Amino acid sequence: MKLDSKIPEGPLAEKWSKHKFNIKLVNPANKRKYDIIVVGTGLAGASAAASFGELGYNVKSFCFQDSPRRAHSIAAQGGINAAKNYQNDGDSVYRLFYDTVKGGDYRSREGNVHRLAEVSVDIIDQCVAQGVPFAREYGGLLANRSFGGAQVSRTFYARGQTGQQLLLGAYSALSRQVANGKVKLYPREEMLDLVMIDGEAHGIVTRNLLTGKIESHSAHAVVLATGGYGNVFYLSTNAMGSNVTAAWRAHKKGAFMANPCYTQIHPTCIPVSGDHQSKLTLMSESLRNDGRVWVPKSKEDAEKIRKGQLKGVDLPEDKRDYYLERKYPSFGNLVPRDVASRNAKEVCDDGRGVNKTGLAVFLDFADAIKRDGEDLIKAKYGNLFDMYLQITGEDPYKMPMKIYPAVHYTMGGLWVDYNLMTNVPGLYAIGEANFSDHGANRLGASALMQGLADGYFVIPYTIGDYLARIPSAKISTDHEAFKTAEAEVKKRLDNLLSINGSKTVDEFHKDLGHIMWEYCGMSRNEAGLKKAKVEIKKLREEFWKNVKVLGTNDELNQSLEKANRVADFLELGELMVDDALNRSESCGGHFREESQTEEGEAKRKDDEFSYVAAWEYNGVDKEETLNKEDLVFENVKLTQRSYK
Amino acid sequence: MKIKLKVWRQKNQQDKGGFKAYDVDDVSDDMSFLEMFDVLNEQLVKKNEDPIHFDHDCREGICGACSMYINGRPHGPEQTTTCQLHMRSFKDGDTITVEPWRAKAFPVIKDLVVDRGAFDRIIQSGGYVSVNTGGVPDANDIPIPKKIADHAFDSATCIGCGACVAACKNSSAMLFVSAKVSQLAMLPQGQVERKTRAENMVSQMDDEGFGSCSNTGACEAECPKGISLENIARLNREYLNAKVTSDNI
Repeated sequence: MKLDSKIPEGPLAEKWSKHKFNIKLVNPANKRKYDIIVVGTGLAGASAAASFGELGYNVKSFCFQDSPRRAHSIAAQGGINAAKNYQNDGDSVYRLFYDTVKGGDYRSREGNVHRLAEVSVDIIDQCVAQGVPFAREYGGLLANRSFGGAQVSRTFYARGQTGQQLLLGAYSALSRQVANGKVKLYPREEMLDLVMIDGEAHGIVTRNLLTGKIESHSAHAVVLATGGYGNVFYLSTNAMGSNVTAAWRAHKKGAFMANPCYTQIHPTCIPVSGDHQSKLTLMSESLRNDGRVWVPKSKEDAEKIRKGQLKGVDLPEDKRDYYLERKYPSFGNLVPRDVASRNAKEVCDDGRGVNKTGLAVFLDFADAIKRDGEDLIKAKYGNLFDMYLQITGEDPYKMPMKIYPAVHYTMGGLWVDYNLMTNVPGLYAIGEANFSDHGANRLGASALMQGLADGYFVIPYTIGDYLARIPSAKISTDHEAFKTAEAEVKKRLDNLLSINGSKTVDEFHKDLGHIMWEYCGMSRNEAGLKKAKVEIKKLREEFWKNVKVLGTNDELNQSLEKANRVADFLELGELMVDDALNRSESCGGHFREESQTEEGEAKRKDDEFSYVAAWEYNGVDKEETLNKEDLVFENVKLTQRSYK
Repeated sequence: MKIKLKVWRQKNQQDKGGFKAYDVDDVSDDMSFLEMFDVLNEQLVKKNEDPIHFDHDCREGICGACSMYINGRPHGPEQTTTCQLHMRSFKDGDTITVEPWRAKAFPVIKDLVVDRGAFDRIIQSGGYVSVNTGGVPDANDIPIPKKIADHAFDSATCIGCGACVAACKNSSAMLFVSAKVSQLAMLPQGQVERKTRAENMVSQMDDEGFGSCSNTGACEAECPKGISLENIARLNREYLNAKVTSDNI
């Protein structure tokens, strides 16, 4: 199938303004005739639902949590980028655009990224107007910091809780629309299928998580803002409930899944402490602004540290290897996430890891504390240091922190065009759930920017273009398509409950996570990926024969919820492996060992792989079809990244 | 270490519920309290027993979902969320009692899961600045003294977990409500609706069945985010001022 990205013609900087003028509008009086379903209440979902409500559409907003305020955007720490150039340090919309395309290793669309950079400035204005308490200077104006690989200070932040404050801002806007009667909230309600009528998305089937009731909801358009799928790895920085189910069910109904292998491994997480580990905790990347990353130069010293015979803090300077500063003198500790992660893995694989498991490196604040004083460091990172102390029992003001990479973000997602519509008419995907803006690697502080850009400033315009073309007559949930989807959902749940095998859902999930981390994690190769494909298939077969799910469907049943989600991860995992196999180049977060430079850096193959890989579902246990959307670069010259 | 648990089990809202005892062996210091529950639940499922239901999501101490009442204190012995409580806070052989939040306005749904929808409805009654998307001034057109911005942030850091209500002998939601009212009362953006906000949010709080505040300070002592009692004092001032010079004309 030919994929049309619908990028408008014309000069880059004028595309979005022209597009906004050219697309159709829904008359203000007619907006109330249209219903929109928004699934997910994170930054993208809450901001979209609130903005739709303000425009006059009728909105139904769904989340599986008990309140929209708990969506996992809340846990984002570091900040949000915007090309305000408040610091007079040479930033501009074009520079943010350029950095994002380059950071994404030239695997994103120029048009989308430029629009993202353009609307970034409006986001900050919007959030401030809502009362989001961003960090400020003594003169009362907004403070900025430099973040993850950027050479300008364009990141706005609210201590280490930027995601929380932005989400509470969007949640407050959403709450206001609930009070106004324009948005109806459905908390503890999980989308389990997409309903299509005559080839268009017209509703969803959900499960009420408290009563187990399967319900149908119709609308003129469906917006998925359901986040990423990092939990396919079992251990990740995602929330326990984060899942791919809504997006995956849409995929099975025809929506293409794009670049699923692009996974971001975040370099600064608290290392794994044991088998009981249920999730990994991120320490904001902003820590790398002041912390220095190192391991001992010798394996012997590392061994002593692991055994507790020597403390990191006591190792003399000349026996330490500040490997990022050594290898990348101009970027040092601020190299992009994928580079920092792979280097951490490399020194640990070399036997120089510094915790019990051997999978940790130091992040040391001693110099920063000496330079700036403990008070200033506390003001910048206090809550992160407290969190670290709480989790590990070690005081980072006195001892260097220990960190290790962990799965954090998925750049892949549902394929969308410039309007953020998937290839299924009437079905949209926004925020982390889509694939569009970050290419093969996302820059720090850009996830919050993209979520809010999509929700506040892009989809409120582009959805009108679709709605204006379709009739406003209400869609009845009595339609056969809803009944069929409901029946399928019920059958699947009954099936899960009837297997009554001997292995728990978590055991399957952990097994899948091991396969994914081992063969489809920080670095990948053909042999490993082929092995992973076989193992995932086997695991999936075993799951449907031997999973143990207790209880019934007519009650709050957290095991059933989990089983249903893990079943989808078991299918997604295989597609990720397929995608990683197909892309035999290294780019961004996707490192193929077969494709590296002599120095061991990632090597892209622009002639062969300058495309978006959009996968098409063909049925149970059938291979998916690869559709390609060629990436055209008219403004940016493709170079191999170098952070030396 | 080995831990004995007494956990509140309640099948549904109608069920009377009661405590059930469990032994958990092989507990390590590094486990979080919820990971200890994960281990127990895996064992229960293997024995064909219904796992213990509890709310949790981010496990980073920020989403506010987790809500266990541990040994008579919301979120347990440390001033943090249940997910950030680690087993190193307990000793080998300890007996730990775990209950759901107890408050009329937070009905128990199952086991340790309660309905905190009342908090959402309170925010819906006025916990926002009424600005639509777009058409707002440039962010730096609204200068705010750093001290004020920092204070507002301290109030805004509330995670809506409900520990304040669970800690209060009257099940009052004053700390939760006052945190939002304070944040917006301190900021210039919140001035236009300052009075109606205080009135409407207090009114919704009362309608939801939360109790009155008698200033014992239990909420502040248990709040995992350290939301201060100053917020309650400010809410009282805001409310009094709003009532005396009401905008609700």
